[in-house]
Amino acid sequence: MAHTDQAEPTRRDFLYIATGAMGVVGAGALAWPFIDQMNPDASALALASIEVDITPVEEGQSITVKWRGKPVFIRNRTETEVEEAKAVPLDELKDPLARNSNLPADAEATDANRGVKGNEKWLVQVGICTHLGCVPIGSSGDFDGWFCPCHGSHYDTAGRIRKGPAPENLLIPPLEFVSDSTIKIG
Amino acid sequence: MSTMIKMVRSFAAVAAVAIATPVFAAGDAPHIERQQWSFSGPFGFYDRGQLQRGFKIYREVCSSCHSLKQVAFRNLASDGGPGFTEEQAKQIASEYTVIDGPNDDGDMYERPGILADKFPSPFPNEEAARASNGGAYPPDFSLLAKARAAHRGFPWFVFDAFTQYQEQGPDYIYALLTGYEEEEVPDGVTIPEGKYFNHSFLAGPAIGMAPPLSEELVEYTDGTPMTVEQYAHDVAAFMMWAAEPHLEERKKIGFRVMIFLIVFAGMLYFTKKKLWRNVEH
Amino acid sequence: MAGHSNYVPQSAAAKWLESRLPVISLVRGSFVDFPTPKNLNYWWTFGGILFFMLIAQIITGVVLVMHYTPSTGAAFNSVEHIMRDVNFGWMLRYLHANGASMFFIAVYIHIFRGLYYGSYKAPREISWILGVIIFLIMMGTAFMGYVLPWGQMSFWGATVITNLFSAIPLVGEEIRTWLWGGFAVDNPTLNRFFSLHYLLPFMIFGVVILHVWAFHTTGNNNPTGVQPKTKQDTVPFHPYYTIKDLFAIVVFMILFAWFAFYVPNYMGHPDNYIEANPLVTPSHIVPEWYFLPFYAILRAVPDKLGGVAAMFGAIAVLFVLPWLDTSKVRSGTYRPLFKQFFWIFAANAVALGYLGAMPAEGTYVLLARVCTVYYFAHFLIILPMLGFLEKPRPLPASISEAVLKGGAGKPAGATAAPDTK
Repeated sequence: MAHTDQAEPTRRDFLYIATGAMGVVGAGALAWPFIDQMNPDASALALASIEVDITPVEEGQSITVKWRGKPVFIRNRTETEVEEAKAVPLDELKDPLARNSNLPADAEATDANRGVKGNEKWLVQVGICTHLGCVPIGSSGDFDGWFCPCHGSHYDTAGRIRKGPAPENLLIPPLEFVSDSTIKIG
Repeated sequence: MSTMIKMVRSFAAVAAVAIATPVFAAGDAPHIERQQWSFSGPFGFYDRGQLQRGFKIYREVCSSCHSLKQVAFRNLASDGGPGFTEEQAKQIASEYTVIDGPNDDGDMYERPGILADKFPSPFPNEEAARASNGGAYPPDFSLLAKARAAHRGFPWFVFDAFTQYQEQGPDYIYALLTGYEEEEVPDGVTIPEGKYFNHSFLAGPAIGMAPPLSEELVEYTDGTPMTVEQYAHDVAAFMMWAAEPHLEERKKIGFRVMIFLIVFAGMLYFTKKKLWRNVEH
Repeated sequence: MAGHSNYVPQSAAAKWLESRLPVISLVRGSFVDFPTPKNLNYWWTFGGILFFMLIAQIITGVVLVMHYTPSTGAAFNSVEHIMRDVNFGWMLRYLHANGASMFFIAVYIHIFRGLYYGSYKAPREISWILGVIIFLIMMGTAFMGYVLPWGQMSFWGATVITNLFSAIPLVGEEIRTWLWGGFAVDNPTLNRFFSLHYLLPFMIFGVVILHVWAFHTTGNNNPTGVQPKTKQDTVPFHPYYTIKDLFAIVVFMILFAWFAFYVPNYMGHPDNYIEANPLVTPSHIVPEWYFLPFYAILRAVPDKLGGVAAMFGAIAVLFVLPWLDTSKVRSGTYRPLFKQFFWIFAANAVALGYLGAMPAEGTYVLLARVCTVYYFAHFLIILPMLGFLEKPRPLPASISEAVLKGGAGKPAGATAAPDTK
C-alpha cells in the first residue's frame, strides 16, 4: 500500500475495500456451519416432546421421567400438600413468579399457577435445582417439598424456593393432558 | 508465465498419451443404461410426487424383506424430502409397530411408531433375514443408492467429474429391477435352484431376489402409469433420497458458494494485478 | 525464519513484548518483509494452498470429532448421523473427505514442481527431506482417516495395509498383531487409528514449520534456479505474495467446492457405504486414488517382502534424491534432456496410478512391472547420468535479467514503462 496512485486514488481504494469486504462476508458465511453444528441436531429436536402415562401414580406418589435429557418430577399431591402450599402468603416467597412455561412470564407464584391447570393435584416440574443444576430430593427439606443436597436449597410442596441459595422456583415445562391418563411434556 | 503455459501444454501431451493407452475391455460386466433423473445436475431436486410413489412401493413391496434403518419417520416430512405434512408423517408412523422398552417390569413392549422412531426392520437381525431368504441377505435400503455402482471405466470416469454424473446408483437399481428376462437363460449360464436370472446383476447373473415388480402391482391414484419401468424409476428415486436426504440443500448451497468464489477470485485477480503493476516479473 | 524483519517496535507495549518474546518481528520477518524472488510462477502458490488445506482439514476434522463415535458398533451409524441429522453435518463431512483428495492433488503438484525446478538441490536438501517426511505422515493420516467410517473399504483397506507389515522378516507377524491390538482389524485397531488420525495432523503442522524455516534460511528457489543477487531480484512477501497466494487459494477452492458440493462421492468408493463386515471381502479392493501409484508398485513385485520393500523404496528414494541428481543446474528450464525425462516420469506416474486401479492380472501386471522399473530407473540411473551427458542451456546472470529477456508472453520492456493508468 506504499504506492500512491495520483491519477485515480478512489478507484484503487474501492477495489481494495470491495475485495476486503467480500472476504469478510465469505469468512462470516463460512463460519456459520461450524457454529451451527454444535446446536441440537435433528434427532435431538425430534425427541423434544414425550408422552407419559400417569395412571400408575397414586396420590402422594411421584415418578421421575426423562425429558430432553433432564429429570422431570411428576407428583400426584395429597390434599394436605395442596392446602399447605395454598396457605403460604405470596410476600413470603423468595421468587414471586410462577416460572410456568404454560403461563405468561409475569404470572404470580400462587399454587394454582404452579399446578397443572384444571388438575391442580398434579405438579409437573423440571427436577433441576435453579442454583447450579443438581437434582433435588423429594419429600424432604424444611418445607416438605424438595431439598437440594448440593448447596442446601429448600423448595415447598409447590416447588417454590423458600430457603437457600437458589434464585428461582423449579421450572414447569410446557405440558398438557392429552387424555385423563396421559400428559404430554414439551 | 511462459514456463507455466509450456508446462500446461506438456501436461496436456501427457494426458493425451495416457488417453491413448489401450482401453482394456472390462470383461462382460453388465451394461447399465443412464436414466433421466430430476435430481441430477447442478440444479437437481427431488420430485415430491415421485418420492411419495417410491415410498408407497417400498412400503407395500420392498419392506417385507428390506430394512430402512437409517431413515426416521420424521424425515418423511423434512425439507427436501417426499413432502409429506407432519400430520401425514405422524399417521404413517402410527401405522407401524415399534418395539420399545424395557418397561418398569423389565419387559420389551410394542407401541405405535412416533416421528422420532426410525423405520423398524422386517427381521430382527441379519441371521434371521438370511434364514428367511434362502441364505441371501436383503441389503438395507438406507444407503443402497450410494453403495452400488457399475464401473464406468476409462475414460468415462474422467468425464463424470465434469458432467457431474453421480447417479450410478439409481441407474443400477433401475437396471436391476427391470433386468429380469422372460426369455431363455443364455447358453453356458446355469441358475441354481431358488435363484433368478438377471442380466443387470453385478454379482450375477443369478440373484436371490424374485422379480419384485409387476404391472399394476401398486395402486397409483395420480394417473401415473402403473408399469414396471415407472415403478423402478420411482423406487430408485426414493432410495436416492433415503441415501442422500440433503441433496437439494447441498446443490443449492453449492451454487451460491460457486458464484461467490468466482466473483471473489475475479476481484482478487484484479487486486493482485494492481499490486504487482510496478514489478516486472 | 527471522532476521529479515524491518520491524522497529513503536509503542511501549510493543517494545515490552519485543524484548521478551520477539514474536512480532519473527512473523514479520517470515511472512511480511521476507525477501522473495519476484519471478515465482503460479506453481509456487501450491505451498500456500497446502497450508490452507492443512488448516481446513484440521478445522473440519475437529468439528466432525464432536459427533463421531470410534467404536466398531457405532462408527458407521455415527457417520450417517452426521450426514443426516447434525446441522450442516453433510457439508462438514463432504468437505473433510474431499479435502483429503484436494490435499493430495496439491501435494503432488507441489512435489512435481520441486522435481522440475530442482528445489531439492543444495542448499535446500533439508527442506526437501522434511517435505518427504510431511508426505509420509500425510499418507499415514489419510489412510487412518479412511478407516474411521468403518465401511467395507475402510475395513479391508486397513486389513490389507496392516498386513504389509507382516512381510517384515522374523518379527512381521508380531508387529502386525501389535498394530491390530488383536488377531484381526477390530475395535482396538479402530480406536488407535482414531487417536493417531487426530494426532498426526498436528505433527504435520510442526514439520511444516521446520520445512518453511529451512527454505527461509536458504531463500526460496525460483523458476530460473539462480539465487537472488540484488534487491532488484526480490520483493517483500507481503503484499506481493500474500495476494497472489490468496488468489490461487480461492481459485483452488472453486475446484474443492465443485467436488464437495456437486460430486462429493466421486473420489470415494461405493463399497464404503456398506458397513464393515469381517466375513465378506469386496470383490475388488482399491485404495484411495492418491495411493494408487504406490499400490501398483506393491503389486508389480511377485513376492510379499519384495513388493512391500519396493513400495517403501519408492518413497525412500526421494530422501536421497538430492544426491542422485548430479547436474549442477537446478531449474529444468535450462536442461533440455532432463525436461523430456521429467515429463516421461510424470506420465509414468500417472500410468502407475491407472494400473493401481486395475485388477492385478494379465497385461496390467506386465505394464505395472515396466512402469515400476522405469520409476526406479529415473532416480537411480537417468538422473545420475544426465548430469554428465547433458549440455545445459546458458543460465541468466540474475533473476532480473531473466525476467527482462524471458518476456513471459509479453514484449520485453513493455512493463518497464511507467504505469500511466
